[in-house]
Amino acid sequence: MPAARYSIFSLLRNAATYHREWQAAWRSPDPKPAYDVIIVGGGGHGLATAYYLAKEHRISNVAVLEKGWLGGGNTGRNTTIVRSNYLWDESAHLYEHSLKLWESLSQELNFNVMFSPRGVLNLAHNLHDLRELQRRVNAIRLNGIDSEILTTAQVKAMVPILNCSPNIRYPVLGASLQRRGGVARHDAVAWGFARGADALGVDIIQNCEVTGIRREGDRVVGVETTRGFIGAAKIGCVAAGHSSVLASMAGLRLPIESHPLQALVSEPIKPILHTVVMSAAVHVYVSQSDKGELVIGAGIDAFNSYAQRGSLPIIEEIMASACVLFPMFSRLKMLRSWAGIVDVCPDASPIISGTPVKGLYFNCGWGTGGFKATPGSGWVFAHTLAQDRPHPLNAAFSLERFTSGALIDEHGAAAVAH
Amino acid sequence: MLLIDCPWCGPRDENEFQYGGEAHIARPKDPASLSDAQWADYLFMRGNPKGRHRERWMHRSGCRRWFNVERDTVSHAITAVYRMGEAPPATAKPAATGDATSAEPRSSGDPGQWPAGGAE
Repeated sequence: MPAARYSIFSLLRNAATYHREWQAAWRSPDPKPAYDVIIVGGGGHGLATAYYLAKEHRISNVAVLEKGWLGGGNTGRNTTIVRSNYLWDESAHLYEHSLKLWESLSQELNFNVMFSPRGVLNLAHNLHDLRELQRRVNAIRLNGIDSEILTTAQVKAMVPILNCSPNIRYPVLGASLQRRGGVARHDAVAWGFARGADALGVDIIQNCEVTGIRREGDRVVGVETTRGFIGAAKIGCVAAGHSSVLASMAGLRLPIESHPLQALVSEPIKPILHTVVMSAAVHVYVSQSDKGELVIGAGIDAFNSYAQRGSLPIIEEIMASACVLFPMFSRLKMLRSWAGIVDVCPDASPIISGTPVKGLYFNCGWGTGGFKATPGSGWVFAHTLAQDRPHPLNAAFSLERFTSGALIDEHGAAAVAH
Repeated sequence: MLLIDCPWCGPRDENEFQYGGEAHIARPKDPASLSDAQWADYLFMRGNPKGRHRERWMHRSGCRRWFNVERDTVSHAITAVYRMGEAPPATAKPAATGDATSAEPRSSGDPGQWPAGGAE
């Protein structure tokens, strides 16, 4: 098993051999006939689930099945923003748990996930925005999470290139700031969790698509795949936009609709934006990557889709918004745009839950904002799978809330800005 | 980009339209008699098929009328447009997953340990 630790010494040692001797970061084994737990979906959330199953719950007879390549779905398509400034207690605790895991994740995984707590600004453009942000900041601080309100002058001092003129249609009246929020390197998160899980004995199997879920009576016994049947008494589905497809294989319906969510990057430029700026009213969120590209995120296309591409009007709208807030961006060329398929719940909160089918669990519905939750999501889902009951952190995020009516309505914090 | 053939105005750019979600979800005739699970199914559960999807659109910047569209959620190809109240066209092949055409609220399955709406 590749358990060689990465360090300055391993770097020097491999430099001496012209970096030709690096081991693969994880194995690519053939699937065994059966496992204790099968995770469907090799994105960040699925790999984190497998890692914490092995690490925290000593269940390492686990397979992660991925139909494409690791992190090739939404893990590699998001705008990498990490924050925990959510209004409701349930969300705040879940995302804050995740943020705390982010803060030590590189050390935990011995893999640099490049978590950069550079601060996240949410702008207010009218009096209602400002009051809503103040209410959110108060609620967040009551939950013990850092958050503060900045005046227009403070925002201008922090982000000099932001258009803070009082004479524009949507003037900046202030902002909330979470200093511990920031960005991380999305691919590294998938790779780090994959390497960590593999070292603990988890089988990561790529190019293996699940085509059916086999049931005997009211419980699952395994999955049909493009590489044959694989047995397991517990199956955790972590497939983002394709969650409804998996659910229908087991005869279930989910309160989820799949939409394209688009993002784009500019040509690389010298450092001009050292924090994350988000605006709900002007509808854009932007940060600058370490490569110098501006990473700009849009809203979802309204229609259902599994196509990983969206429509041009969304891009036009997002660029118009970016140019209003940052007039200097109007001279930039956009390098590429793409879309991921996001699984949107009616209340904009995830589902981390068992189902009426015994042994079948879903971790889905993260919609437009799942990246920030990657470690926390895997941590609570591993607990749910191992113990067959939710952790207190995810008890409220059950499928049952759509029957009981106890929704966690986070559209205010989540609908646009991720 | 979608080019949508409004039944009243003809083919127009997607930008002129508003999406209305899955079509043919009939409001229960006697809401008071529904169980919580049936109500959840009507309100929240969706087919969300990968493939053929019947959905509602409204010509917001035109005649402002609602109508139905049958569209593939992978290729985005529109295979039928028909007016409200009209029967959907016969489908040669059902959608790859889910069933987006049922007009009746579904019954919930045995709740078991993890009670949830949406079990078939």
